[in-house]
Amino acid sequence: MADLTTTAPRAVTNPRATLQDLLPKIVLAPSFALILIFVYGFIVFTAFLSFSGSKLLPDFSTWVGLNNYVRLFNHPNWITALKNLAIFSVLYIVICSFIGLALAIFLDQKIRGEGVLRPIYLYPMALSFIVTGVAWKWFLDPGIGLEHVMQSWGWESFSFRWIKEGQMAIYTIVIAAVWQSSGFVMAMFLAGLRGVDNEIIKAAQIDGASTLTIYRRIIIPLMRPVFLSAFVVLAHLAIKSYDLVVAMTDGGPGTATWTPALFMQKFTFGRNEMGMGAASAIIMMMMIFAIIVPYLYSELGGKKK
Amino acid sequence: MRKFLMSTAAVAALFAAPMPMAQAEESVEVLHWWTSGGEAAALDVLKKNLEGQGVTWKDMPVAGGGGEAAMTALRARVTAGDPPTAVQALGFDITDWANQGVVGDLGEVADKEGWDKVVPAALQNFAKHDGKWIAAPVNVHSTNWVWISKKALDAAGGKAPETWDELVAVLDKMQANGITPLGHGGQAWQDATIFDAVVLSLGTDFYKSSMIDLDPAALGGDKMVEAFDRMAKLKTYVDKDFSGRDWNLASAMVIEGKAGMQMMGDWAKGEFLKAGQKPGTDFVCIRFPGTQGAVTFNSDMFMMFKVGDDKKKAQLQMAADIEDPAFQSSFNVVKGSVPARTDVPDTAFDDCGKKGIKDLAEASSGGKLFGSMAHGYAAPAAVKNALYDVVTRHFNGELDSKAAAQALAEAVAAAKG
Repeated sequence: MADLTTTAPRAVTNPRATLQDLLPKIVLAPSFALILIFVYGFIVFTAFLSFSGSKLLPDFSTWVGLNNYVRLFNHPNWITALKNLAIFSVLYIVICSFIGLALAIFLDQKIRGEGVLRPIYLYPMALSFIVTGVAWKWFLDPGIGLEHVMQSWGWESFSFRWIKEGQMAIYTIVIAAVWQSSGFVMAMFLAGLRGVDNEIIKAAQIDGASTLTIYRRIIIPLMRPVFLSAFVVLAHLAIKSYDLVVAMTDGGPGTATWTPALFMQKFTFGRNEMGMGAASAIIMMMMIFAIIVPYLYSELGGKKK
Repeated sequence: MRKFLMSTAAVAALFAAPMPMAQAEESVEVLHWWTSGGEAAALDVLKKNLEGQGVTWKDMPVAGGGGEAAMTALRARVTAGDPPTAVQALGFDITDWANQGVVGDLGEVADKEGWDKVVPAALQNFAKHDGKWIAAPVNVHSTNWVWISKKALDAAGGKAPETWDELVAVLDKMQANGITPLGHGGQAWQDATIFDAVVLSLGTDFYKSSMIDLDPAALGGDKMVEAFDRMAKLKTYVDKDFSGRDWNLASAMVIEGKAGMQMMGDWAKGEFLKAGQKPGTDFVCIRFPGTQGAVTFNSDMFMMFKVGDDKKKAQLQMAADIEDPAFQSSFNVVKGSVPARTDVPDTAFDDCGKKGIKDLAEASSGGKLFGSMAHGYAAPAAVKNALYDVVTRHFNGELDSKAAAQALAEAVAAAKG
């Protein structure tokens, strides 16, 4: 009550202060509203869809309960997609982090020409996954790419045909994705390395620690938050992986490189199974939440304490 | 905060309100995916005809995915309540849209021009819904063709195969001659196109019961195992780089003499003609061995949507122009397909086109004209794609023939549910 009596007169006498109070809200309101509708609103919409019998168009007149989810998990393509996601995301995250960290440490040795080298590693990230995918598809195609070139140079027995083999094709997608993203991870780690307090390193050097020990015991542990950020960025890219797969293999050979995102698109728009497509989208969202929520919790929760 | 949300929502609603589009008096808006050179040229004939009659043509090309991208665009337009006048569509997609109650009625033109009599009954199953004409068929493609390089065939004995055993013998000879016997692209729909023909070669009754009626006994039975065995046999004749190749590159292999033959619908003929090859002298067209007399078809149609009265006249005019025999002839000569009406003279067509027209008429009158499963004329999209999955997994060696037949029956049952 006391607050009201003191602020209300001031609002009348000083409209400028009122405006200043309101300005942040006014500026934020449109984006807040848009996100509320177009992100959260549509998540709810998709959730509804996944319980409906929608086929060609959204159809809320028939409700099928969990049937779409049951059919989803009985579908061999969805199982393939989940297996591929597991292979892809583990390899992608681990290899990207490893290469990114290695590149960052090498670049952090105060070498000459860092300014030239850094963008060279970073530029693949500027390409869209479609471009990367098409380029790697051609490069790995045995008929025109690497194998063909090696054989025409005289290495007749050279063979690299993973992209044509159902068992191995998913690994070619890992290769292309790692090529694309490692530079970005490197940049993240490089920023982390530059943020490490020089005093600590100097103190360790005075104590006689070797460079290896300094990295292993001090710098890398200090970069835990960077690892976490890198993990979250890479993990959600892995779950969303669609464009790269479409450009490289379009799910082939056979159905060997289907991913959940590809499944969602093909079922919703190609097969007129909007209900099942929505169910797969909800499952994908739950996977992403399973990663993001603990991350946000640790980040935000940590700061409050 | 709540107030801001409300007012923002009000503004948003204002923008979302349907804006009246400025329309020319007579115009048709046409959504299609005929963007490649030959197709665009063929469609241009229709556009010119309409413009000659004072109807403006608003082109809305959405390329990609054999029409999948166009269907996605259509979904958005229909959901927004503003469908285009005419949309290129295939098979069960037309039925699916008709079930949504958004399509128009062409009865006025169809009755006047007697479409019922000249369009094959198998096509009418799709072009008509509840007895009403909703789509104007442009052409009929048949999918059970084999395109053989004349040179490779001569080297392999010179006689076009008429039975499965003769086919295998020719393929073996081609392999011995050091070329890839079967030019093929490993994409699911191409695998399924061959599968169509293979199933048909095991009998028209078998094709009907398995592909059209989706009888579980036929889908998972011994005959289906045999069909998959034949697919596995054909797989041994493709080159090792086949996976993911586009169909026109497979045609190019036959044209260049690197491959002996291609099993593909008659759109492949366009590739041969474009390369300056002549039917009979450079390449030979035959029906898939064992399927002469029967035809699996795929027909491009323009599905007409419910439009306002101001656009209705132009829509009917467009439908009438599509079924004009002169247009049917000139369009299909360019496109490689055959006319959708059986009374169009075949004089302008080449030998393969003449054979196509004759085979179609024969199959239609003999009750052996069936919708192609691979191209969405035998079953709805969900079932078709379930079949794609199994056929392509088997063709890529993930399943053996017995397991494939069983998986096929299961996948189709699951997709129907």
